[in-house]
Amino acid sequence: MTGTVDPTVLNLIVFVLAVFVGYHVIWNVTPALHTPLMSVTNAISSVIIVGAILAAGPVELDFGSVTGAVAVGLAAVNVAGGFLVTRRMLEMFRKKEKAK
Amino acid sequence: MSANLVALWYLVASVCFILALKGLSSPTTARRGNAFGIAGMSIAVLTTLAVVAKGRIDLILMAMLVGGTIGAYVSRRVEMTQMPELVAAMHSLVGMAAVLIAVAVVNNPQSFGLPARIPPGNKLELFIGTFVGALTFSGSVIAFGKLAGLGKKFRLFSSAPVVFPGQHLVNLALALVMIGFGSAFFLSPEQAWTPFLLMMTIAFVLGVLIIIPIGGADMPVVISMLNSYSGWAAAGIGFSLNNSMLIVAGSLVGSSGAILSYIMCKAMNRSFISVILGGFGAAEGSAAKGGADKTVRSGSAEDAAYLMANAENVIIVPGYGLAVARAQHAVKEMAAKLAAKGVNVRYAIHPVAGRMPGHMNVLLAEAEVPYDQVFEMEDINGDFGTADVALVLGANDVVNPLAHEKGSAIYGMPILEVARARTVLVNKRSMASGYAGLDNPLFYMDKTMMVFGDAKKVVDDIVKGLD
Repeated sequence: MTGTVDPTVLNLIVFVLAVFVGYHVIWNVTPALHTPLMSVTNAISSVIIVGAILAAGPVELDFGSVTGAVAVGLAAVNVAGGFLVTRRMLEMFRKKEKAK
Repeated sequence: MSANLVALWYLVASVCFILALKGLSSPTTARRGNAFGIAGMSIAVLTTLAVVAKGRIDLILMAMLVGGTIGAYVSRRVEMTQMPELVAAMHSLVGMAAVLIAVAVVNNPQSFGLPARIPPGNKLELFIGTFVGALTFSGSVIAFGKLAGLGKKFRLFSSAPVVFPGQHLVNLALALVMIGFGSAFFLSPEQAWTPFLLMMTIAFVLGVLIIIPIGGADMPVVISMLNSYSGWAAAGIGFSLNNSMLIVAGSLVGSSGAILSYIMCKAMNRSFISVILGGFGAAEGSAAKGGADKTVRSGSAEDAAYLMANAENVIIVPGYGLAVARAQHAVKEMAAKLAAKGVNVRYAIHPVAGRMPGHMNVLLAEAEVPYDQVFEMEDINGDFGTADVALVLGANDVVNPLAHEKGSAIYGMPILEVARARTVLVNKRSMASGYAGLDNPLFYMDKTMMVFGDAKKVVDDIVKGLD
């Protein structure tokens, strides 16, 4: 065994561990909150906005950076919409807590 | 910022995302979880902006502003009954963004810190990310159309399954061709636009084809499945960019969607494969066979009010019919009136009540029903035996005792045991059968009283009857 580990292998390690974490965390989510779970996971998967920002980054405006900018816009809809609608739903679950 | 520092900030963001999901284990910690999610996202975006600080920040900020404004506006205006549509629409955006990023990577790998000739490993992952993204996009568009009821205008969006002979063979053939072009892209040492774009196009078509045969009743599974796909698409892009934060976030979302699909399938006693193959629920809404020669006892809303006012324990079973009639607030009012008379009122929620996982809980929460009165199926099923009245509002298949009879189409499906209550009140618009197209013996039992009519009108009348 010599040399460094290929990035793809490192990625795979991260991936498998993250799936395990996801599996255990998600089973603990109370069924009453499954709809907020879907909207928040939607917002979280929009973290691909990071890739879109990198694509839109280069100084010279070309096909790639315009494509990236469009992707930034689409992902931003989700980031804002996803977190805000989740918050709106969770607020509804709070109101009654006070009313009790 | 050094590459190591960037990676460490991304690690912090990843941990925030895990904490965001962990918070959802209870309504009391859920808001803090959401705050963690927002924090994680802010860290991720700011770190990346610092990386491209010398580039077109103006362009990026403008795109973020436009997108963010639209998202914020929609999140305020959307009705809770429209959540399934909103979620489907958001999945399609994730899918499309993934595809666009992949296109940008093929166009100019160097702006992502990859070599000009993309290494084969990253190319393979790019292929996977692109096709899953494209599939998520077009599949979610169809799911959105079906949920938003656009079927009358465009047949592709029909909530009834759209089936044609040889459908599965066509899909299989297309999938193989797509994998062929994907492999050509992967194996080519060049940029290989042609196979890449062909593969992408086929994936878009395939996304449409795999969702059209799935009927309205299976939409909770479809939304969860597309949720999962959108996560895997993000993870695929993370692989191709060697970005571990994207991989972590994508895997969390991917496993979340997969688990929700599993829960939904189990609650409907359907196998995942049979949902995917589609065609179920084609006869939706047709009159139940042999229903006409059996007698049902029907009563008025006043009778129902009288029965419930004199009960000690009432369990309300809300179904999607309730949400369609927008009767949640009226139900809340009715429950409050009953509680004032000393009646113990609880709600029993079947996992597939509503059109997406947990939908009914949100609809009740919106109507300000206290969540400690709302119980999941496993927690309340044992209590129906001691309930004086079970009030079924706009639900059918989830209370059908045929699920206990071997040989019936829904045999084995977990149901709410309303038949054990002393008296069962069922509100429905007509005797039409539910999505499964089955007759429901519950309606013909001696202890059952049917209250026909629109759920909102009936509940309003019950409220009047309670005064």
